[in-house]
Amino acid sequence: MDKEYVGFAALPNQLHRKSVKKGFDFTLMVAGESGLGKSTLINSLFLTNLYEDRQVPEARARLTQTLTIERRGVEIEEGGVKVKLTLVDTPGFGDSVDCSGCWLPVVRFIEEQFEQYLRDESGLNRKNIQDSRVHCCLYFISPFGRGLRPLDVAFLRAVHEKVNIIPVIGKADALMPKETQALKQKIREQLQEEEINIYQFPDCDSDEDEDFKRQDAEMKESIPFAVVGSCEVVRDGGTRPVRGRCYSWGTVEVENPHHCDFLNLRRMLVQTHLQDLKEVTHDLLYEGYRARCLQSLARPGARDRASRSKLSRQSATEIPLPMLPLADTEKLIREKDEELRRMQEMLEKMQAQMQQNQAQGEQSDAL
Amino acid sequence: MSKGQSGLGKSTLVNTLFKSQVSRKASSWNREEKIPKTVEIKAIGHVIEEGGVKMKLTVIDTPGFGDQINNENCWEPIEKYINEQYEKFLKEEVNIARKKRIPDTRVHCCLYFISPTGHSLRPLDLEFMKHLSKVVNIIPVIAKADTMTLEEKSEFKQRVRKELEVNGIEFYPQKEFDEDLEDKTENDKIRQESMPFAVVGSDKEYQVNGKRVLGRKTPWGIIEVENLNHCEFALLRDFVIRTHLQDLKEVTHNIHYETYRAKRLNDNGGLPPGEGLLGIVLPPVPATPCPTAE
Repeated sequence: MDKEYVGFAALPNQLHRKSVKKGFDFTLMVAGESGLGKSTLINSLFLTNLYEDRQVPEARARLTQTLTIERRGVEIEEGGVKVKLTLVDTPGFGDSVDCSGCWLPVVRFIEEQFEQYLRDESGLNRKNIQDSRVHCCLYFISPFGRGLRPLDVAFLRAVHEKVNIIPVIGKADALMPKETQALKQKIREQLQEEEINIYQFPDCDSDEDEDFKRQDAEMKESIPFAVVGSCEVVRDGGTRPVRGRCYSWGTVEVENPHHCDFLNLRRMLVQTHLQDLKEVTHDLLYEGYRARCLQSLARPGARDRASRSKLSRQSATEIPLPMLPLADTEKLIREKDEELRRMQEMLEKMQAQMQQNQAQGEQSDAL
Repeated sequence: MSKGQSGLGKSTLVNTLFKSQVSRKASSWNREEKIPKTVEIKAIGHVIEEGGVKMKLTVIDTPGFGDQINNENCWEPIEKYINEQYEKFLKEEVNIARKKRIPDTRVHCCLYFISPTGHSLRPLDLEFMKHLSKVVNIIPVIAKADTMTLEEKSEFKQRVRKELEVNGIEFYPQKEFDEDLEDKTENDKIRQESMPFAVVGSDKEYQVNGKRVLGRKTPWGIIEVENLNHCEFALLRDFVIRTHLQDLKEVTHNIHYETYRAKRLNDNGGLPPGEGLLGIVLPPVPATPCPTAE
């Protein structure tokens, strides 16, 4: 006799269809001093030209430039799956003669996104929360240095508890294989010494096949990824067209695993761990922020998560999020009140309309 | 003297230039080596010989330059060092019983290493060169040039040259010190086309086409240091050692040193500084009376 078939084995398909319809969004931040090939790498990773209208300022202009945060959005589609990718760039980082505190605007930005999400989550209309939180930060390390510089350490320490960090060595074609290995080793040691938590790849399940496990281990070993980016198609030694950089002594192929870790980075970032990055951002980093935030209010009942559900509409607007300046909170409350009032008005209008219709109806009945 | 942030290959390049281990490399991957908190000045002297000609070469390295988060005024220790050498020379010169050959510790040439970002100069580079081009001969050099393709190299060089010009930075060979037309045309060519030299240094040898060459071996090819198609190391070497070495010394003595000396004397009211002073003050030359119009 056949085992009875209920049909919930089709659930994953439903999930899949829904996700595909909904689309995915992902916010990626790139940071590191200028000239490390960040823009080229992003273009290579996503095969788009996000930096078309870019102008690199001259040195004199950068003398007094402060760090700015730039956001660029692009919608990419592949195989019917849509991704709304938001890129956060940090031009000006590490440029000035005096870079003290130049990472603070970045930290502030990341926290602001958490703040926004927290407010939205605690707000009235939760149907369309826009998730602008930074899911991953690619931090570019110079291949010309001897490991992490003081500025790198300062930045990483400021953000490691707030965003998933993936360290990357830019312009890796400056290094011979032995140098790359030594540099990676040095960076790993420094990260440990300074107690910086970078994004940890989850271990693969024990029931995965050996091949996959080996690949996974290889990928973990190659962190920080030594990458080379290029959007130009060149001919390699033979006749295949590949993306690469053409030098007088040879051609570097971007997608050749013997030349650089680009493939590993792309696989990891886009193919296998995109969702995990989002989950870690939400479950770990955001929750950590939220807990710190609410705890600092020192309100009984606001402290543990369970009481969250007890928060009525009234108290939701009462939460004075400590980071927010008072004027903003008031403005927000006013806005929400406005919305409420408008909704009430609409309701009244509809009611009046209905009554009118009813009255008309009665009249017509009476006639 | 070689200047620039750590890791730009300064020591390797100097070693390659003089084909001997004249620069003690802070072994790149030495675990105990920490970035020094302030700029240090390390001077090491060597005597090298070629074809019966001996040269006493002093290489001055500046570890720690530009490595901190706040690099304000990090050129000051270097400026101070250079001026101290001028001071030493001045004191010797002013002595009554002068040595026949005054030991010359003045800095004749400063190789400034520019990071190959491909964009433009960094603000720190500008500031440093602005301050120091007035006291020493600066030769800007693009380090680790094996990260740039030919196009990128020429674009970058053009941009750097333009920025230096716009900011009024005179690097060696300075236009104003060209002695005659021959010099001018030769130097113009170097200034406008070759400089800054894009170099690659290496102390390892590899076999290429049956020859042993200095180079860097990568999975996509071997970069030969002395191959002009690969980088301009040979141009730099010829420039600094084979053609302009004496000129570098002369410009340092006749111009930079004299400027320093004049400034010091002016500050001292026309008197030479330090010991050895006879107390003789030469009376100022009386002004020649202007011929009055008849």
